[in-house]
Amino acid sequence: MTTNRERHVERSPSASYDCSKFDLWQAQLYMDSSCLLASLHGSDTLLFADMQHRDPMLQKRDEFEDMLEERRNSSDLRYALRCYTPVLYKGVTPCTAGALKNMVLQSAQIHFVIGQVSNETGRAVDDIQEEASAILEEMAHSLQLSTVRFFAFTLSKVFKTLFRSICVNEEGIQRLQQAIQEHPVVLLPSHRSYMDFLLMSYILYTYDLALPVIAAGMDFMGMKFVGEMLRMSGAFFIRRSFGGDKLYWAVFSEYVKTMLKNGFAPVEFFLEGTRSRTSKSLTPKLGLLNIAMDPFLKGEVFDVHLVPVSISYERILEEALYARELLGVPKPKESTSGLFKARKVLSEDYGSIHVYFGQPVSVRRLSQGKVDRGQFNLTPRHIPKRPSEEIHSFVNDSAYGLVRAQEENMVLKPWVLLASLLLQNHHGDQASGRARGMALDELTEQAVWLRDLSRQYGAFLHWPDHVPPPEVVSSSLSLHRGLVTITEGRVQLASEQGEPPPVGPEEELLRQAVTVLSCVSYRNQALHVFLRPALLASAVHAASSSGKQEIFNSFSFLRNMFSNEFILCPGATVQDFEEACFLLVKTGALHVSQQEVVVTERGHRTLAFLTSVLDPFLQGYQVRVRSRLRYTEVLSSDLQKNALAALLRLGAVRKIKGYVGFDHPRVPVGSVEYARPRARLKLHHLEFISTNESVWFVAIRVSTDVKQQLRPYSAFGGKHEVFIRIMNEFIQIMNEFIRPTDFMMSDSFAVFFSSETLLLKCSGACWSDGEAERRARL
Amino acid sequence: MENVVQRLLKCSTSTFFQLHIVNCTGLGEEGVKAAVATSRLERGKLRRRTRAAVETGVGHREPGPRTRRCPQIAFCPAFCDPDSLPPRVGWIAAGALASIPTPAAHGSAPSIHKHGSSMASNSSSSGGSDRQRIAQQRLRIIAGHLQRPAGDDSALLAAECKDQGSKSDASSEEKTVPRRRQEIMKWNGWGYSDSRFLFNKKGQAEFTGKRYKLSGMIIPGLKEWFEGTFGANLQHKSPATPILNSSAVRPPTLNEAFVEELKSTGVPFSHDAEDRVFRAYGHCVHEIFALREGRIGRVPDLVVWPNCHNDVVKIVELACKHNVCLIPYGGGTSVSSALECPSEETRSIVSLDTSQMNRILWIDEKNLTAHVEAGIVGQDLERLLNESGYCTGHEPDSMEFSSLGGWVATRASGMKKNIYGNIEDLVVHIKMVTPRGVIEKSCQGPRMSTGPDVHHFILGSEGTLGVVTEVTMKIRPMPEYQKYGSVVFPNFEQGVACLREVAKQRCAPASIRLMDNEQFKFGHALKPQVSSIFTSFLDGLKKIYITKFKGFDPNRLCVATLLFEGNREKVLQHEKQVYDIAAKFGGLAAGEDNGQRGYMLTFVIAYLRDLGMDYYVMGESFETSVPWDRVLDICQNVKARIVHECKERGVQFTPLSTCRVTQTYDAGACVYFYFGFNYRGLSDPVHVYEQVEHAAREEILANGGSLSHHHGVGKLRKEWMSETVSNVGIGMLKSVKDYVDPNNIFGNRNLF
Repeated sequence: MTTNRERHVERSPSASYDCSKFDLWQAQLYMDSSCLLASLHGSDTLLFADMQHRDPMLQKRDEFEDMLEERRNSSDLRYALRCYTPVLYKGVTPCTAGALKNMVLQSAQIHFVIGQVSNETGRAVDDIQEEASAILEEMAHSLQLSTVRFFAFTLSKVFKTLFRSICVNEEGIQRLQQAIQEHPVVLLPSHRSYMDFLLMSYILYTYDLALPVIAAGMDFMGMKFVGEMLRMSGAFFIRRSFGGDKLYWAVFSEYVKTMLKNGFAPVEFFLEGTRSRTSKSLTPKLGLLNIAMDPFLKGEVFDVHLVPVSISYERILEEALYARELLGVPKPKESTSGLFKARKVLSEDYGSIHVYFGQPVSVRRLSQGKVDRGQFNLTPRHIPKRPSEEIHSFVNDSAYGLVRAQEENMVLKPWVLLASLLLQNHHGDQASGRARGMALDELTEQAVWLRDLSRQYGAFLHWPDHVPPPEVVSSSLSLHRGLVTITEGRVQLASEQGEPPPVGPEEELLRQAVTVLSCVSYRNQALHVFLRPALLASAVHAASSSGKQEIFNSFSFLRNMFSNEFILCPGATVQDFEEACFLLVKTGALHVSQQEVVVTERGHRTLAFLTSVLDPFLQGYQVRVRSRLRYTEVLSSDLQKNALAALLRLGAVRKIKGYVGFDHPRVPVGSVEYARPRARLKLHHLEFISTNESVWFVAIRVSTDVKQQLRPYSAFGGKHEVFIRIMNEFIQIMNEFIRPTDFMMSDSFAVFFSSETLLLKCSGACWSDGEAERRARL
Repeated sequence: MENVVQRLLKCSTSTFFQLHIVNCTGLGEEGVKAAVATSRLERGKLRRRTRAAVETGVGHREPGPRTRRCPQIAFCPAFCDPDSLPPRVGWIAAGALASIPTPAAHGSAPSIHKHGSSMASNSSSSGGSDRQRIAQQRLRIIAGHLQRPAGDDSALLAAECKDQGSKSDASSEEKTVPRRRQEIMKWNGWGYSDSRFLFNKKGQAEFTGKRYKLSGMIIPGLKEWFEGTFGANLQHKSPATPILNSSAVRPPTLNEAFVEELKSTGVPFSHDAEDRVFRAYGHCVHEIFALREGRIGRVPDLVVWPNCHNDVVKIVELACKHNVCLIPYGGGTSVSSALECPSEETRSIVSLDTSQMNRILWIDEKNLTAHVEAGIVGQDLERLLNESGYCTGHEPDSMEFSSLGGWVATRASGMKKNIYGNIEDLVVHIKMVTPRGVIEKSCQGPRMSTGPDVHHFILGSEGTLGVVTEVTMKIRPMPEYQKYGSVVFPNFEQGVACLREVAKQRCAPASIRLMDNEQFKFGHALKPQVSSIFTSFLDGLKKIYITKFKGFDPNRLCVATLLFEGNREKVLQHEKQVYDIAAKFGGLAAGEDNGQRGYMLTFVIAYLRDLGMDYYVMGESFETSVPWDRVLDICQNVKARIVHECKERGVQFTPLSTCRVTQTYDAGACVYFYFGFNYRGLSDPVHVYEQVEHAAREEILANGGSLSHHHGVGKLRKEWMSETVSNVGIGMLKSVKDYVDPNNIFGNRNLF
């Protein structure tokens, strides 16, 4: 604690806002001591000091090589059948899947947990042993070279059709190869697409590196045949949730640890836990990282190297799918037939992919001075123990650092900048009601300006400098012609021409929202570059004076507010503030003195841009309901989820865990797909009172049970009518329990409505005021 | 005559009396033979030993190298004075030495009897004529003893503390450790001045001197190993300063009043520069390195040599009276900076050298205990006891030079602790002089429930509380039979698993050690030149068998060395049991030679370090104890950490980083790490070394290892003490210190 405190003070840009003041301020605001603790506990990104230069422009990055080029020039078959002899960790002989399972089942940890479970439940040890073995059977990979070769062949064909190039930094590959030989390696790719892990294995196979075993969601096992294929190419499957199941956890963690400890293969998993639908990095999940670090912390291996991998797609395969999902159309269930149907994507051009293998991060170095490994000295290491506070915060900090490392090496295409500009323009248009669109030359001019700005902020921008900017712009636009239309030299966001005209205003809005959200997902790719300066810009904008202290306070409020939304390392407020100041001062947008932060003459443009980057998020978080939506992207369920989480965290919203168990006869409304006729709803009743007290919101989260049951609808591929129908049914169910005057949300879909204005009326997906009232009366 | 002897032998079971009587009666050679003959008939136990002795004596062949008879005789002590002891077939030596040519002259110094068979010179197999000659010599000596006047039995008599004047010249000659250590020992390296490794003109390694088994031999493989392992080059030498420059030593700060009063007590002392420098250092690498460069820091201002307990009492009283800082000095083999004079010490520092308190005061055969002055060094203690047919069985690697008092003060551990126990198991009674007075127990009960055991305040006190002056130790009859052995395992993991199983079944031999692959190679490199083509051919065959036929990877296999001791049948039975367990873990018996060479490594390694330092290679060993489940992990991690840290600190060539498991316990094991690196090109090699060792110790602690198994804390590991024993623990220790020594007279500032 003390050291943290000291460090904070040390890094304060001026003595005027030392951390004690800052804490006091926080404490006053939230009257919540836990917040205060949280802010102190956290770490700093100093961990990754070797990755983060003070001046991001100085960051050195490797060159890319296109690995598809060779594929286009030589036989895929020969490639798939070539001699594959990867180097392995300390030259260990790879272990067969069966032997691995045996090792896991015979481990001390599993024995212990089996004994424990048997004591608790009174079940026979053999019985539990059997169960453990079944769990393992369900989970374990069964990597086979022949399957890998099959994938190598087919993927070559697919990739060549879909992508122009797959660019990989070969130096990164060399570093990885080195790391694999010396230490157990964990690969941590970013997760934007289903394609990610196939791509990873494909690359490693191509470069003759040890094939990873990949943690995949159980959902894939739903796909007949394909699931097994994936298993044979190195995937192992874990259930999405296994809350209190000790045995499952033990088998799972031991399985991962055994692979890691013995260095049989690199372990690969996604820190973000799931695909980011918004292209914005998700806040990291700690479970697997905890497991991966455990062997080191317990001294079972000398070190573990974590390799962040940034995979950037010029165009994401699931583009439109994600947008719909964010709007509440449930995710289609993973199925083989679905995959088969999705083959139409093969006919489109998805640009290029950039895969950047980052600098391997040594857990040993990372933990130096942060974790006392001696804490495991006094109990046998095989007895599972909840990670200590120290370890938890260490893992958490490391996870944030790693996600930031991923973000930093994401390659940005010019389109990302264009999308940002077009979106801002779009919103402006909507607000003013002016003629829509943006002149092409204006767009080009702004894009060039933004290019230079983002480079100064350290963006990994792939802007072909040898091509004249207008050409760069037009070629980018043409790749994404599904999202933009150019009419009379003006560019505007719109869905593709030639589709049947919308059936009604609802569909019109939905269609529009899909376009906007797709664009948003591109803009989001660049968010990490602008985030800190944007927070500062918004703080400057919001502050009533130019006093540094006030601006810092408001910066820190915003930062705290958005820490569910963006990757903001806990406890690094001062550092982030300094970074933001540094960047803005460097680009001449701000003048920062001991006491004041002043916007310079030429800085207005930068600040205006930065403020509007954050604006949609701010609006989404503002607990005010407007009659007219300025930002369609507020409809994104991701935003709502994060907002709610933030409000919860900040104590503005209280969570009342009301479990309402009931047998509802009307759940299976005209639907044969319900597996169980009697649904059991678990309601998480959330209420919060907005600051102006005029609006009451009640949020209802639907438990997993319900989602599972509603899922069959997704088989229809998320058609609009179905979407509306599901929502109606859902609201019907909900009506029984709450007044429909409120704000409801769930993981997969969100419904807004309030007593004053029905947001959903705007999106046209719900009923009219009258009906709402009628229902309310019922 | 016969009758006399016979009767005496019958009625007395005490060797002590036997000796006296035999000496007093002045029997001739014939008489001895007669006595032997009689005893053979009369006394079963004695018989076998005696016969062996006699057989050896007259040149009969030993049954063969495998039967490790104990030719040591019960009589021997009486007949042989240590200083003229012939090269008898040391019980330790036996068959292992079979292939080693005898050094031309059989040392007459007692120091040829080193711990570990590997060291002692021996001659059992070098041809008939040699044997004949030895037998004759032996007889001559026995005869000589018989003619000696009675009363010259100073070695064993419970002598009253004599003052200096009455000491005969003869008795100072027989001391292994003279007052002026510089007469026989190196001032800036390990061990005897006449024994050292060097690369001769042909570039072959050889070991000089005549004291050890390896002495005078060529070690052909060492050069290649040395150059290959460290990237060293014989062209690049880093020689030490040859002579101690007395002018570099700061003149002593003497407390005149103390010196005056000391003079009046008659206790010898000196403020000669050499004497003082010798007591200022232990054998940490930084200490030796500084000495080699001729850099000398703070040294004691005075050295005193008390002769007995009462002398110590007087010295301590005077020190208290005049507020002088006392630093006890035993064998000087510390590897924890324990002897370093604290730089902040402003008082006059007096080094209290116990080396002259080296008598066995009495042996109690009924209770099997011996009362010994604490300054005695290991080799003398064992030798003298052996002469009476006993041993303590306490054989730390440093036993040639380390002292009993030092063992007590550091909680030492001997390699044969499985049979005899560690020092805390061996001591029955301790007498220590503290500034508060003398602490000792009132009886010699084998166990007491009288509150916390006060011995445990003394054991491990590292000279911070007082001087241990006398110790009553358990003794055992000398083992009748001894046998070495070794087992090759396909890898270190299997080896550790085997040791664990052996510990589980509680059937550990006297010593069992597991060397890792690097150390196995090291041991191999130390193989002396093979004399016959046949032997090298056999070696080749063995190698082929293990690597080709059994499929062991020469870069992974590792070796456990074993030493069995006891009754012959039991040893053989025990041996079988252990080999059977080993077989379950893929272990193959690999012969006695390998086993022996393994133990040899223990004592030559300290000499080898000096050789390394001549060629820019710096090395050190350190140890820990760790629970069984952590053994493999700690070995792997600490070794890796050493390599890693060296790399980080700019060491060009990958260092030697190796370990061995040297002791097994019910709940864990003792692990020894060796670390050496080529420091050419480093501006401050000692600093690099210290950083790496520091990191390695952190790694040990992080992996559940202890701060030390037997080296102690000293000043080198002080910083981790509170972490190790908790703040309350430190408080307890400090409160004892505050009571016993409020003025910090014993101011070496070790431990905390």
